[in-house]
Amino acid sequence: MNRYIVSAAGTVFFLFFFFHLHQAEALEQEVHKKFLVPPPPFSQGIFPCSQCHQGMPANKAPRKLEMMHQDIALHHMPGGWCFDCHNPDNRDTLRLANGKIVKFSESYNLCGQCHGTILREWKAGLHGKRTGMWNGEKQYLLCVHCHWPHDPEFKPITPLPPPVKPSDIK
Amino acid sequence: MEQNDNKNSGLNRRKFLQGAALGLAGMALPLDRADASFWESFFQKHFREMNDAEIKKVLSRLEKECEIKYKKAVKIGNEKAMPGVMFGYGLDLSRCIGCRRCVYGCVDENNQSLDPQIHWITVLRFKKGEKWVDLENAEKYYNPDKVPQDDYFYMPVQCQQCENPPCVRACPTQATWKDPDGIVVIDYNWCIGCRYCMAACPYGARRFNWTEPNRPAEKINPNTHYLGNRPRYKGVVEKCTFCIQRSRNGRYPACVEACPVGARKFGNLLDPESEIRYAIKHKRVFRLKEDLNTNPKFYYFFAYGK
Ligand code: SF4
Ligand code: SF4
Repeated sequence: MNRYIVSAAGTVFFLFFFFHLHQAEALEQEVHKKFLVPPPPFSQGIFPCSQCHQGMPANKAPRKLEMMHQDIALHHMPGGWCFDCHNPDNRDTLRLANGKIVKFSESYNLCGQCHGTILREWKAGLHGKRTGMWNGEKQYLLCVHCHWPHDPEFKPITPLPPPVKPSDIK
Repeated sequence: MEQNDNKNSGLNRRKFLQGAALGLAGMALPLDRADASFWESFFQKHFREMNDAEIKKVLSRLEKECEIKYKKAVKIGNEKAMPGVMFGYGLDLSRCIGCRRCVYGCVDENNQSLDPQIHWITVLRFKKGEKWVDLENAEKYYNPDKVPQDDYFYMPVQCQQCENPPCVRACPTQATWKDPDGIVVIDYNWCIGCRYCMAACPYGARRFNWTEPNRPAEKINPNTHYLGNRPRYKGVVEKCTFCIQRSRNGRYPACVEACPVGARKFGNLLDPESEIRYAIKHKRVFRLKEDLNTNPKFYYFFAYGK
């Protein structure tokens, strides 16, 4: 009798374990699913970041930047700091809150940590711009192609000219 | 010489019929110098009654005429509707910033006349909080320094590719019809310019060429379709075809690619994985003037969030 209980419990445990594994795997796949994107919009000559950061110890204390990157005013999540997103151990990569490392070309996984619904719609092609083939390979733009990540609000632009009024046609 | 060519190709069935109606058929026909091309265009059958060989002949004649006129090689394609495809368009009004990039992207892709100006897309501006969907009184000449402006939102309008298109029913010569993928097309060689379709279209989507369309050769997009963006003639009606020359080759319409904010969505309504189906399933979509039962395949929606 006891034996049965033990084996039943074992099965349940096994199933549970298996399910858990399976879920973790699905998540893993989700994070690493690749979308075809153009190269990230780095400023000229700035990448790889390790060019300058090689051998430079990471200073994790939030402070006013004085030497480099002064143009960056962090309007995105005030109170945040570089290492919320940038990987202190390898500046050529980004880092998720759970410690996972992501490439700049997969930065949508980083943005999606907070903007989950947007990420879902981005993947479905609803948020943001996709180009290419409606029935085939599509190119996605990264979030940062449209939104400057340190100040992501979309900036107003100049409209193209209005149509000619019929009364102005000679 | 060039002048003569223009005159000849300009004199077509439409002019002849106009002459015939006045009992002047004899005068309308330049019997002395009518060349083969003239007679061929005169006796060109209805597009849907031609077989592939006949279409091929017509296309190569039209390509030659274009080349003479614009001194530039123009390819006129004839891609047919793909089976299992019904095109649908989506526009996210919560993202559109009214920048008109789509308008000019369309003009460049589809060889619209520059002078006089023809635009297939009109971007309307509405004041937030006021009664809108009043297309007739909407502002389309707005011109601020920057868009979007805080108090306004914008709604681009173009041909809605109605499932039940009044323009098609109004056409006395059947020069316009709906193809199986849902695109409402116009045969510019069959259109007599009566503009009944324009009167019938509740969306103001059709445009008429009052004069010879004017577009310099270097601005001609040479990749065209017979029913789409090939250079048009004076006296014919034209409109958006969801970029038939692109979409039937699997590409997105030019306005989709021109829009900087990705407000424009396009895909196959019969494919549950398409972004247009996603929008219909997950957003509250609406169509313009639904009460008219035109059943447009152009869906507007407001996606939430930033
Ligand atoms: S929007 Fe106008 S032109 Fe386009 S299909 Fe409908 S009725 Fe015809
Ligand atoms: S290009 Fe996009 S954002 Fe600009 S007016 Fe057209 S639809 Fe709106």
